[in-house]
Amino acid sequence: MKLGIVVNEGPYQRQASDSAYLFAKAAIEAGHEVWRVFFYHDGVNNASKLTEPPQDDRNIVNRWSKLAEEHKVDLVVCVAAALRRGIREENLATGFRISGLGQLVEAGTKSDRLVTFGD
Amino acid sequence: MSDVKKFMFVNRKAPYGTIYALESLEVVLITAAFDQDVSLMFTDDGVYQLKKGQQTKGIETKNFSPTYRALEGYDVEKLYVDQESLDERGLTEDDLLVDVTVLSRAEVGALMDEQDVILSF
Amino acid sequence: MLHIINRSPLSDRALENCLNTASGGDILLIEDAVYAATAGNAFEARLRAAMGKFKINVLRPDLEARGLADRLVEGAAFVDYAGFVELVVANKTCQSWL
Repeated sequence: MKLGIVVNEGPYQRQASDSAYLFAKAAIEAGHEVWRVFFYHDGVNNASKLTEPPQDDRNIVNRWSKLAEEHKVDLVVCVAAALRRGIREENLATGFRISGLGQLVEAGTKSDRLVTFGD
Repeated sequence: MSDVKKFMFVNRKAPYGTIYALESLEVVLITAAFDQDVSLMFTDDGVYQLKKGQQTKGIETKNFSPTYRALEGYDVEKLYVDQESLDERGLTEDDLLVDVTVLSRAEVGALMDEQDVILSF
Repeated sequence: MLHIINRSPLSDRALENCLNTASGGDILLIEDAVYAATAGNAFEARLRAAMGKFKINVLRPDLEARGLADRLVEGAAFVDYAGFVELVVANKTCQSWL
């Protein structure tokens, strides 16, 4: 099944990004396709390559990048939400791309299921 | 876009305290621009988004409430409000800045069942 | 429909509203919403009363993380992330009550 995911919260402050990642991983392990994750609201902060958690903590940003690389997941960051919060091409982590809200609408129309994680 | 789906946006959050209501409205406008079948549901504190007379000068924030009145121009005409949420907040339909359809919780639930995509922010 | 709730019912109306509004189906409690399904909490009776209309699923890793996995209320079912995926697949739509 073709699954889309929406992430509305940034890393670390809320559990949403962790939940979304673990869900995505489980879906892929079960043989489903997670074709797009759309990051909106503070969720755009998941795409900052400047993120540097303590060494004994999970690296939420790198985890998404790795998932994108290994399973061809399209990680899309909303441009308007990103510009508001200082996320730009120059600090974008690997595997993420910045685009418009149309990509969220498309995630809704082209996915068999769209699952939102927020707070 | 050839594939048209029924999108419902469920709004449960008040405006200004957080940015969700404002940024959700941006998604609503884009979804309508992509010719999807859009409806908006206001329930719990989300009904406060539609309160008449919002004055935001004192908090130096943009008053985005006029956008709800402009939705009609984007062919977004299905606005629903949960009666119980209005009652709980001492509000009536007259307090709202735009025409809406007021529904009971059972009616809201039935409408949700008809949707293809339900987004909440 | 699958209804996903992530807030404790003692601090947010999401679960209460969902139980009063939705026509039935699956409910999945994740994150802080898992507290709703613990024995002895003030929302327990309300949750139990809804069990005829809804199937209550609880994301086990979230309840374990919060130290309450041994207090799952009777009638609710544990799922892991694989079970979460199965619930999403089994339902035509899913709604996160944010």
